[in-house]
Amino acid sequence: MGSTVIITIITLSLLALASSVILYFVAQRFRVFEDPRIDEVQAILPAANCGGCGFAGCRNFAEALVKAETFEGLNCPVGGATVMNEAARILGKVAEVVDPTVAVLLCNGSPEFRPRTSRYNGASECRISHSLYLGDTDCSWGCLGDGDCVRSCSFGAMYMDPVTMLPVIIDDKCVSCGMCVKACPRHLIELRKRAKKDRKIYVACQNCDKGGPARRACKVACIGCGKCVKVCAFDAITMENNLAYIDAVKCTFCRKCVVECPTNSILEINFPPRKPKAEPQAEVAKV
Amino acid sequence: MLKTFPAGGVHPPENKITAGTPIKYLPVPENVIIPVTQHIGAPASPTVSKGDSVRAGQIIAAGKGFVSANVHSSVSGKVNKIDHIIDSTGFKQTAVFIDVEGDEWVESIDRSSSILKETDLSPEDIIKKCLDSGIVGLGGATFPSHVKLTPVSGKHCEVLIINGVECEPFLTSDHRLMLEKGEEIIAGIRIMMKALQVKKAMIGIENNKPDAIANLTKLASAYCEISVHPLKVKYPQGAEKQLIRALIKREVPSGRLPLDVGAVVHNVGTVFAVYEAVQKNKPLFERVVTITGKYLSNPGNYFVRTGTPLRHLIAAAGGQPENTGKIVNGGPMMGKAIVNTDVPVVKGMSGVILFDEKESVRKTIEPCIRCAKCVSVCPLGLEPYLLMTLSERNLFEKAERERITDCMECGCCSFTCPANRPLLDYIRLGKSTVMKMIRERNIK
Amino acid sequence: MSNLLNVSQSPHIHGKESTQKLMLNVVIALMPALFTSVFYFGLGAIIVTLTSVASCLLFEYLIQKFVLKKPISITDGSALVTGLLLAFNLPSNIPVFIIVIGSFVSIGIAKMTFGGLGNNPFNPALVGRVFMLISFPVQMTSWPVPKGLGTGYADAVTGATPLAIIKEGLKNGESLSKLMGEIPSPAQMLMGDMGGSMGEVAAIALIIGFIYLLATRVITWHIPVSVTGSIAIFTTILWLANPEKNADPMFHLLAGGVLLGAIFMATDYVTSPMVPKAMIIYGCGIGIITVVIRVWGAYPEGVSFAILIMNSFVPLMNAYIKPKRFGEEVTNG
Repeated sequence: MGSTVIITIITLSLLALASSVILYFVAQRFRVFEDPRIDEVQAILPAANCGGCGFAGCRNFAEALVKAETFEGLNCPVGGATVMNEAARILGKVAEVVDPTVAVLLCNGSPEFRPRTSRYNGASECRISHSLYLGDTDCSWGCLGDGDCVRSCSFGAMYMDPVTMLPVIIDDKCVSCGMCVKACPRHLIELRKRAKKDRKIYVACQNCDKGGPARRACKVACIGCGKCVKVCAFDAITMENNLAYIDAVKCTFCRKCVVECPTNSILEINFPPRKPKAEPQAEVAKV
Repeated sequence: MLKTFPAGGVHPPENKITAGTPIKYLPVPENVIIPVTQHIGAPASPTVSKGDSVRAGQIIAAGKGFVSANVHSSVSGKVNKIDHIIDSTGFKQTAVFIDVEGDEWVESIDRSSSILKETDLSPEDIIKKCLDSGIVGLGGATFPSHVKLTPVSGKHCEVLIINGVECEPFLTSDHRLMLEKGEEIIAGIRIMMKALQVKKAMIGIENNKPDAIANLTKLASAYCEISVHPLKVKYPQGAEKQLIRALIKREVPSGRLPLDVGAVVHNVGTVFAVYEAVQKNKPLFERVVTITGKYLSNPGNYFVRTGTPLRHLIAAAGGQPENTGKIVNGGPMMGKAIVNTDVPVVKGMSGVILFDEKESVRKTIEPCIRCAKCVSVCPLGLEPYLLMTLSERNLFEKAERERITDCMECGCCSFTCPANRPLLDYIRLGKSTVMKMIRERNIK
Repeated sequence: MSNLLNVSQSPHIHGKESTQKLMLNVVIALMPALFTSVFYFGLGAIIVTLTSVASCLLFEYLIQKFVLKKPISITDGSALVTGLLLAFNLPSNIPVFIIVIGSFVSIGIAKMTFGGLGNNPFNPALVGRVFMLISFPVQMTSWPVPKGLGTGYADAVTGATPLAIIKEGLKNGESLSKLMGEIPSPAQMLMGDMGGSMGEVAAIALIIGFIYLLATRVITWHIPVSVTGSIAIFTTILWLANPEKNADPMFHLLAGGVLLGAIFMATDYVTSPMVPKAMIIYGCGIGIITVVIRVWGAYPEGVSFAILIMNSFVPLMNAYIKPKRFGEEVTNG
């Protein structure tokens, strides 16, 4: 009995010794040198692995940062300036100043404004219904409402509104990683510069059709009339393919275009209610 | 043992309600909407403008490039406008709106009912006539027919295969055509054989159409080079590759054309159109459409002018039943659901099927139980369950290696799935994404 | 109800198959075996079956409702099939609390932890069975002797299965020909008149179930035929090599759980391969491992272990064994 125990202990110890020697040499042989700064940088990144920076994950981004000559074009939208400055400090470089952005939905076609003309009954993914036909309304540009963007969001910053059948972006949670922008088959989500108090003025439409068909398909479509372009004193609005676009950088939030738009396709968000001019509000209610 | 293709396939309920209904001529409607692109390939562009007077058979949109097709007016009247419409594919495209006045045809069209069996034209002239007449594959794919008739250097065509299979449930337009226009079809086959310079033609017909088989066998007996082959009833036998496999036991390799195994396949509808174009100078502006549905009071087969709004056709078949939930252009397995009844009839529309609300709503999706039924019914030997998962998870490179581009979208997998999974929806998505990837790679 | 048309991708018609129907067909196919086991083991068979089915359904319901918080899908019949198959793998006098524990392992651990129906790598009923076999070896291997309908539940007389008789006997150095005299005749074994798990004894009832499953196209022939075929071939070789030490193939096929395993357990959709070629490899693997365990292993019976072992190869087979693609080999002529 005693000898069995001793033999067992000895054989196992020898085996362990042999294995450790082999492992040691293997580890030496296959050692990969990695810049220790990669770990350091990775440690300060948000570890969300969202892909917002354009790399597969935070580790890849850290490697890219370490390798890069300058930080030009490299930005972590989730961490923002704090993280980028910290990374710059570690690597002894200068972080580029990138304005924080937020995702904005460029469609306001709730069933109230955009009547349904058919019922989509297939697999509920926008990318599938988009490839099948023009969608369950007459607007071939607008939101399909199956929530590909909501599923793509890893920060819980989006949800589908059951009444408007449109996705809603929660400004506080949105880190502007851009996943929803990629997920939307109709390119309806734009990353716009964040303004004070999350104020936004934008054209909530992507319909490039001419005025008539656009208006028939959706009551709040941009019909390309150009009134907003004329009224804008700051050259912030451009008109292309029957569609107005407001440059978020040039816009001064004067709100003149919002009043001017005949179809109410320009939205103003997070503004205090207009006291002196009550009429335009009433007009919205009528439509 | 009847011939068929060996692997996969399903046998959906046939529902050939209109098999015994002779083809009638649908009265010309008051206005027609003719989409300018009714084929696969480069889009055509309109050659008429608002206010122009047109006659039936007059060209109104010209094809661009080789793989393209002309479109002709199907009526006489005045062009009202040229505007965007939602066509039978579900997307917007340009169409010519014509207000009908009388029924005047272009003079060169022979409107007599005499059958002209022989032609003196050379192969080149026959192909030219097909090109001018805007003939496309009428089985549903609408591939321009002159392309398939034009010889390709280095490839030898041994046999012309005529597709009279009509494996889709409900549809009977080809069946009726073979029964009523048999002589024209045989004459058309001989014209196409001349164009292709082949010595052999085989007509494949599924065995659920014994009258059509008998009729064509009788008519073809005069020509030893044309033979009729009854086939076992199995979907998707009407698919080009499956039909070739069934008839001449050759498999067209992935990414190749039937011509690579020495065969060219044309649909019987196309053969009839070729006959009319070559012998009667009649461009393709009229085709047989089956209008059917379990709840229609008067389903039937009609010669319909292209551009006729579906509303008109449905009215002729007894009006749209209250409980209609879905209208399908083409067969139930591969056809496209249409958005509204203003959609016009186009060249590729072999049938219109009305489903009631209950039939048209999909059942709840359940988890995959890995029963492998999709694998066993796939006629191309693919693994639909895997392709669906890969597409769902955006693993398109892997899907490409699993040969997602081989899929011909026959729908057997979705049809058979006990868990009601939308296999084909996702495979289509994956297939189009992979095709795009391949195209981008080729550009680089 | 709006009068808008539905739009979806093709196909616009769907076959008659549904998960529920498939599962129901399996249940129907199991009925002959259930009847024969009630016929031979009496009340015990009914108690065991009901307990097993009820507890499987209950666990599935509770887990879906309170743990996964997913829609309840006990009506799809998969838990019912698991419950029945689990019962079929138990002796008819086993205490109720063991069945409940086994059901929990089957449904809770082998099925639901992987995400429910369609995701489990191992056959749930077999995981439950093997768990019980290892945890309660005495209760799991005291087989009641078939005494007919009147047999009670707790007071059943127990005996050994034919496989255990042979295994023990050979270990004790007794000759095979003498042992063969102690076990039931092939005719008895065909009818199910022998000791064993509830559902595995009646070969003829299982074969009726097999024919039903084939006729309704629930399963294909590949797995059952390759399992039984490989067992038959392997045991014939052993038998011819040494008839004094190895039992004949007929005995190996009829004794124990070969038929139940080959027809109902190995063909479980979720845990079997997708491609016919792979199905045959999988079936042969099960057959060979079964015989190896029976002849050289410590346990008298090895079907459950063999199936579980081969289950673990299924993902590998699905990844590497592909169906013949159309147009892959060009046949000319």
